[in-house]
Amino acid sequence: MPTPRTGRDRTARDNSLVTQLRQSKRAGRIAEAASVGIKTLLVKILLLGIVDAISVYALFVLFLKQDWVVFGLVLAVTLIVNWIYFSKNALPAKYLTPGLIFLVIFQIFVVGYSGYIAFTNYGTGHNSTREDAVSSLIASAQQRVPDSVAYDITVIEQLGAYSLLVTDPDGRISVGSADAPLREVTDAETDADGVATALPGYTSLKFSDIAANQEVIAALSVPLTDDPNEGVLRTPDGSKAYLYLSDLVYDEAARTMTNTTTNVVYAEDRTVGAFAAEDGTELRPGWKVEVGFDNFARAFGTDSIRGPLINVTLWTFAFAFLSVATTFALGLFLALVFNDLRMRGRNVYRVVLILPYAFPAFLSALVWAGLLNPQFGFVNQVLFGGAEIPWLTNEWLAKFSIIFVNLWLGFPYMFLVCTGALQSIPGELQEAATVDGARPWQVFRLIKLPLLLVSVAPLLISSFAFNFNNFNLIYMLTNGGPRDVTAGVNVGATDILISMVYKVAFVGANRDYGLASAFSIIIFLLVAIVSIISFRQTKALEELN
Amino acid sequence: MQVNNRETSDRIVARKSSFQFKRWFKATGWRHLIGVFMAVFSAFPLVYVLSAALQPGGTLITANGLFSEVSLGSFVTLFNLPQQPYAAWYGNTLIIGVITSIGTVFLGALAAYSFSRMRFFGRRGGLLTLVLLQMFPQLLAVVAIFLLLNGISDIFPAIGLDSQVGLIMVYLGGALGVNTYLMYGFFNTIPASIDEAAKLDGAGHARIFFTIILRLVAPILAVVGLLSFIGTTNEFVIASIVLISPENQTLAVGLYQFVSQKFSTNYSVFAAGAVLAALPVMALFLWLQKYIVGGLTAGSVK
Repeated sequence: MPTPRTGRDRTARDNSLVTQLRQSKRAGRIAEAASVGIKTLLVKILLLGIVDAISVYALFVLFLKQDWVVFGLVLAVTLIVNWIYFSKNALPAKYLTPGLIFLVIFQIFVVGYSGYIAFTNYGTGHNSTREDAVSSLIASAQQRVPDSVAYDITVIEQLGAYSLLVTDPDGRISVGSADAPLREVTDAETDADGVATALPGYTSLKFSDIAANQEVIAALSVPLTDDPNEGVLRTPDGSKAYLYLSDLVYDEAARTMTNTTTNVVYAEDRTVGAFAAEDGTELRPGWKVEVGFDNFARAFGTDSIRGPLINVTLWTFAFAFLSVATTFALGLFLALVFNDLRMRGRNVYRVVLILPYAFPAFLSALVWAGLLNPQFGFVNQVLFGGAEIPWLTNEWLAKFSIIFVNLWLGFPYMFLVCTGALQSIPGELQEAATVDGARPWQVFRLIKLPLLLVSVAPLLISSFAFNFNNFNLIYMLTNGGPRDVTAGVNVGATDILISMVYKVAFVGANRDYGLASAFSIIIFLLVAIVSIISFRQTKALEELN
Repeated sequence: MQVNNRETSDRIVARKSSFQFKRWFKATGWRHLIGVFMAVFSAFPLVYVLSAALQPGGTLITANGLFSEVSLGSFVTLFNLPQQPYAAWYGNTLIIGVITSIGTVFLGALAAYSFSRMRFFGRRGGLLTLVLLQMFPQLLAVVAIFLLLNGISDIFPAIGLDSQVGLIMVYLGGALGVNTYLMYGFFNTIPASIDEAAKLDGAGHARIFFTIILRLVAPILAVVGLLSFIGTTNEFVIASIVLISPENQTLAVGLYQFVSQKFSTNYSVFAAGAVLAALPVMALFLWLQKYIVGGLTAGSVK
């Protein structure tokens, strides 16, 4: 339609067209409605019922935990899903929603969340909220009060969680657990001395049960009241409990921690997320705070991190590029060699040659790690007659080994791809060129290769992208090693960016989620740049055709 | 072309009455030479693992004597390790792989159907986004995934850390990104007139999808399912941070930890585990290689 028309311009013909369209739409809807059988409807209601039951349960739990943000989200999603599947319209949404829910949570949300974590100090020692840090600090400094009265207790259990049933010296009976401070109960069963021994709904532990779970029960500390400074009850033996008080006292108004034995005051430091004394000593654990660009400043500003980061980035690019180049070169060469119809047994060769590709990749790396082991490996012991060549522990040999093993892993794929591409090049082109007097090398370089590149270029790019994050090979073959001892983070000569992220976040005692996420963000940016360039490049290649 | 070639080669054979090695070598012999060399290169590590697996109590150094001893002792040891529940790993890997691949196929097919057959606002943008998402694999956000599941476990322990359901959900998050575009292309090759004919006969959209389209696109469903299964079996990064207790782990996580603890001494047991782990994947791959290769070159996965 050339121009949008207003109602007044409508001619009779237009009107009749519109009516027709409406009628056919209505007819379509009627047909649709008529075709929905009872069975389909039942299945639909059943499936939605299951989904709704799960979300009602989730909502119930969230309500009890008073987690209102998630509660709102779950409620909204449930309502939207129900609306989508009960409405007559929204047909595409009916098909897209199931996948989209997972995609949004586990692929898109997590990227945004990485972005957030990169601006926090999340990690070992800064794992949780300030409230959690306060209670765990107080708990860790608990000492038994020397003149504490002995409380008679019974250890009781409900759904796998232990509670203490406490009879205090005055005969009052109360129950409490690690999460819930003591509250008085009246319906407990007592023995002749007035000591409570059982509580309805709970199982009292026998002596043998207590002995079997000694460690857990000794670690159980039940707060007297909601105020953590009041102290806790703990039971070393499972029959008597004593009052434990913390050396650290928390002042909510001043937001300070005071050590009652040394009288040192630790004030809250919001920028670090910890309590710190005037001389700079910090209490651990602290809590999670937003630190702005600190992680990025550390990554680029500290010499001991910037150096390794640059090396790792360069090696990541070099590794990805060399992987594609070597596998493609060998694969193409083999495809050319075997692309001769006179040759017999090509299928046998083909099956043997793709074996490395069929073998699970993580196992290949582990097997090669054995083959290349410096002291006992087959390569050194048998092929090199007992020489101790440090294939995986010397910086440059390790890099070479990785490229070599990746060649073994990757050439079959390129071989298959190139064979397919070569066979799809029409034979007339070669004949015409030969008739025109081209030599075989010229035919290959000037005719076959350009045509082949057009069809395999997208695959080369995705292979580059895959190898850019080829975590399994690096981590299982060399573990990123040999370790760079001068680096401020756990990183080695063959680490690529993604394995560095993994090691900073999950390997070793000191986990630094914030810094690792900052590295992830750097990878995101690099991948984005590479893909923008390569998508443009492929378009250019396609236009050549 | 083929006929032509055969004729020429026949003529050559006819002409040379005595076997001329030089000519044979120049034509195809050198190709065989390269073929044999590459076959040894490709197959040797696999032969080595098999031989190591058949040496009971073997270490890395004894594994160098290929097939010097053949027995199934290591396989028996493998299933009786107290700390490393190999059978559980195997079962977990199969369960996680199968459920993930079925889920991936189903979610991807639903999405591909709507992209291929329906016209709606945001369709082009959605497709483009999915293509771009392929470039950003989930493992880049591994830290955030860990912390997200950690948060989930505080509220719903059943789907949080150390839960296979949680891991499968994470994997399903990647279902659309990788496969929809591949499936979309295949869905487009099924003529829309089939849908229209079915519609005229009174079939609703759900019936058309489940009973007609899904059958017609079965080859691509098989490819995506297989690729997803193989991908899941190989996945280490996310599985290693989500699954914590040994009896919940997958083969990739379990075998890696097993071998990194005592690499050189327990090599034959590891090799036995590797052989058993590789068998189903390799069998599937070689059996269905034609389809897989077709899928790989079309959608460029792995």
